[in-house]
Amino acid sequence: MGELTDLTLAGALDGLADKSFSCRELTDAFIAEIELSNDALNAYVLTTPDKAREMADASDQRRANGTAGRLEGAPLGIKDLYCTAGVRTTACSQILGEFTPSYESTVTANLWSEGAVMLGKLNMDEFAMGSSNETSRFGPPSNPWRRQGSNQDLTAGGSSGGSAVAVAANLCLAATASDTGGSIRQPASFTGTVGIKPTYGRASRYGMVAFASSLDQAGPIAKTVEDAALLTEIMCSHDPRDSTSLPVETPPWRGAVNEGVKGLRIGIPREYRIDGMSSEIEALWQQGIDWLQAQGAEIVDVSLPHTKYALPAYYIVAPAEASSNLARYDGMRYGARVDGEGLVGTYEMTRAEGFGAEVQRRLMIGTYVLSSGYYDAYYLRAQKVRSRILEDFNTVFGTVDALLTPTCPSAAFAYGEKSGDPIEMYLNDIFTVTANLAGLPSLSVPAALDQQGLPLGLQVIGKALDEASCFRVGGALERAAGFAGRPTRWW
Amino acid sequence: MSERAKYIIDGDTGPWEIVLGLEVHAQVASNAKLFSGASTQFGAEPNSNVSLVDAAMPGMLPVINRYCVEQAVRTGLGLAAEIHLTSRFDRKNYFYPDLPQGYQISQFAHPIIGEGLIEVDVEPAHGDPAYSFPVRIERLHLEQDAGKSIHDMDPGATYVDLNRCGVALMEIVSRPDIRTPLEAAAYVKKLKSILVALGTCDGDMEKGNLRADVNVSVCRPGAYEKYREAEDFGHLGTRCEIKNMNSFRFIQAAIEYEARRQVEIIEAGGAVSQETRLFDPDKGQTRSMRSKEDAHDYRYFPDPDLLPLVLTPAFVEGIRQSLPELPDEKRARFKSDYGLSHYDAGVLSADAERANFFEQVAGGRDAKLAANWVSQDLFGYLNRAELDLSESPVSAAQLGGLIDLISSDVISGKIAKDVFQRMIDGEGNPGEIVEKHGLKQVTDTSAIDALVQQVIDDNPEQAAAVREKPKTMGWFVGQVMKASGGKANPQAVNQILRARLGL
Repeated sequence: MGELTDLTLAGALDGLADKSFSCRELTDAFIAEIELSNDALNAYVLTTPDKAREMADASDQRRANGTAGRLEGAPLGIKDLYCTAGVRTTACSQILGEFTPSYESTVTANLWSEGAVMLGKLNMDEFAMGSSNETSRFGPPSNPWRRQGSNQDLTAGGSSGGSAVAVAANLCLAATASDTGGSIRQPASFTGTVGIKPTYGRASRYGMVAFASSLDQAGPIAKTVEDAALLTEIMCSHDPRDSTSLPVETPPWRGAVNEGVKGLRIGIPREYRIDGMSSEIEALWQQGIDWLQAQGAEIVDVSLPHTKYALPAYYIVAPAEASSNLARYDGMRYGARVDGEGLVGTYEMTRAEGFGAEVQRRLMIGTYVLSSGYYDAYYLRAQKVRSRILEDFNTVFGTVDALLTPTCPSAAFAYGEKSGDPIEMYLNDIFTVTANLAGLPSLSVPAALDQQGLPLGLQVIGKALDEASCFRVGGALERAAGFAGRPTRWW
Repeated sequence: MSERAKYIIDGDTGPWEIVLGLEVHAQVASNAKLFSGASTQFGAEPNSNVSLVDAAMPGMLPVINRYCVEQAVRTGLGLAAEIHLTSRFDRKNYFYPDLPQGYQISQFAHPIIGEGLIEVDVEPAHGDPAYSFPVRIERLHLEQDAGKSIHDMDPGATYVDLNRCGVALMEIVSRPDIRTPLEAAAYVKKLKSILVALGTCDGDMEKGNLRADVNVSVCRPGAYEKYREAEDFGHLGTRCEIKNMNSFRFIQAAIEYEARRQVEIIEAGGAVSQETRLFDPDKGQTRSMRSKEDAHDYRYFPDPDLLPLVLTPAFVEGIRQSLPELPDEKRARFKSDYGLSHYDAGVLSADAERANFFEQVAGGRDAKLAANWVSQDLFGYLNRAELDLSESPVSAAQLGGLIDLISSDVISGKIAKDVFQRMIDGEGNPGEIVEKHGLKQVTDTSAIDALVQQVIDDNPEQAAAVREKPKTMGWFVGQVMKASGGKANPQAVNQILRARLGL
């Protein structure tokens, strides 16, 4: 059955359509693969095989009735950030205990209404705060990729580490993820998968456990650019239950993947060439430029002068919003509660026990930057920086159609390598946070393996609502790279 | 217009004045909450009107209720206030079990409604005449109400009812333009009459749907005028805020107590510390709730789940076109159409239901007579009996009938009072009462003539005296009326008396 789990989403949908196999067969194959591998990889924090089989049988029935949806029969993994009705949802935090929502997030509801099948809930950093998935209450997943000749476990990045691992190791056809500062693109880059964060407001945040409301955005991690386009089309929708959801149509993007880049103007922002950048990353970037040029794109050097302020601004805005968004986890109505002395004691005990160290750090940072007397110096200034960053992008998008940068400053790192120093961990997000601050669509596509045999990704940033260009450029890079690398099975 | 009353506290070191500013919380009349579809119905089972959003379940997001925005704009127009086409919602962060989100969504930096002005009417009291004075409105903003914590159901636990949580409130903030406890109550009354007329708040203070926080400070005479001149709060004393009062009586009593307390502190050489206080109606005292040092740092910031609230001029214009007649407009019309005094017109226009009642009674009749009967006799009775107008035993048509009987000289004004009492007692229509009890005025001059002659004959000395001093004729009028059982037409009595006495 290994063959079935090896399929791409597009390939599996074709196979289901021409009745090469049933959804039940496909689903059973994934369930078997998960049973075999999840102990080692820890991608799923909850599997739902019974529900998956039930959904699969219903899917086969619909296909037989001729009422197949656009994702009919596709078994997917769901990041534990999405509320799923009747299925435990924890955002990988102790504080949510065994919380089981009575409601479904809009994004997952969109998937189910097009016929997709849920395999289970995927590992992530607690409340999506992290770049290595090490802050999960369930422990981190393991990257299926290892350095050549090494048995050392590597992180799959974060916060959507479970999603990236599940896709890279064939534990689902594709997965939902979410991206507040790079949480889709960085794990995709670390695992040789494709991830896209759509324009802010494209996908509804209704039913997604909030981290930082003005930055959070749903998106997929998939095996190919085409698969990512397919899934993004379904995940996005205008939703009146989310006031920041954009009242726009979701166009079909699958076709853009093969349109090519002839005539596109691609900007290369010089500020992303940071001090101390490894020659490998630099070479990868140049390779990407050459590939696009060879396919007829025009390469333009551009400047985004406020880039260096993006990371500090991000690490003010995101914790500030989080400090308020996470106030609701007080042990009073749902989730875990630890009784203390009186009301305040119970609040303190519940939150001290329920939140991990990184979440607590960010809540304290966020509380601090919003405090009276510090608000202007931190939060307000960060918001001004944010406006400048958006202006920078608007200026360059007057002359170019998309931007090309590396996704991350490095390949996957080992556990513990960066977790001791929060600043070094935060630096992982240096290329990805700008798109969140400006609300722009941004895609990571695997481009090469480094000298140690680990995947590296290139990032494409598009204009607001121009996911199509991201898919065009991503498709062109994918074809040029011919990236067919698969991790060597060690698990 | 009479002069504005002064409220002076005679301290040991001289006179003091008070300065008052109010923050009124008015529950928006709306079937659904401000950011969720849950019902706002009063008196429902605890925690039955709670949506996933109100309970702050993970991943739930607020969506503004358009109708509540309309109501706020309507109120702003009614307060002659500036409508801000762009406003914003902020989060006010603090922990409490009746606030599931851990923050209240409010409008801190950019309220939907800006500066306005209302004219407040003070009723005559303590021998002071009625007067009106202006109060500047600083702002009106929309915010969520919190739930209710119930501490006295169980000695070891607090129960929380979230039915109220997320209900839309309008906070209406006045400038410190109010100078007496009576004025503070009059201000709230006027606001209430405007809100009720607009239909934007039911004004039910007992249910807590309209409640006031009062900022109280004291200063020396003259200091307030300096403040107004320079708009410099430095001229005013340190203020204390008395929270959450839901009766006119409490508002006045709390201010009186608090002002005196502040004077005593200052005169003893102390300083008033800025703090939040609560009024205890049983003791008639205010007590400290939290000091400035204990004040929460609310960490206000724009709510990232909500976009700025942007209104189109057409939206505002549409609401303006649909505004009902406001109490002040009604008052002006009552003055011009019915020739009523400023005061009478004010009393009769303050409440839409009462104004309608008056207009039904006054239509086609002597308006001043109607105004007296409606406001003094009927409303006076209803107030004493603590009845609503809807419970009145006398209908507008019946009261109109009574006035018709007076105007057509069928009964005198004095007899009419008797008839009115019988109407209250449920005896039915005025015409029937007059018939049944034979109360018709005697206008037959020969009958009156006989009575007059009788009284003169019975009182020769007084008759002689009145011829010397014609001004004392009133005594004879009284005697004749008495002899007629009050039914003689007073004009006829006067005329015949004059003739018979040769005056």
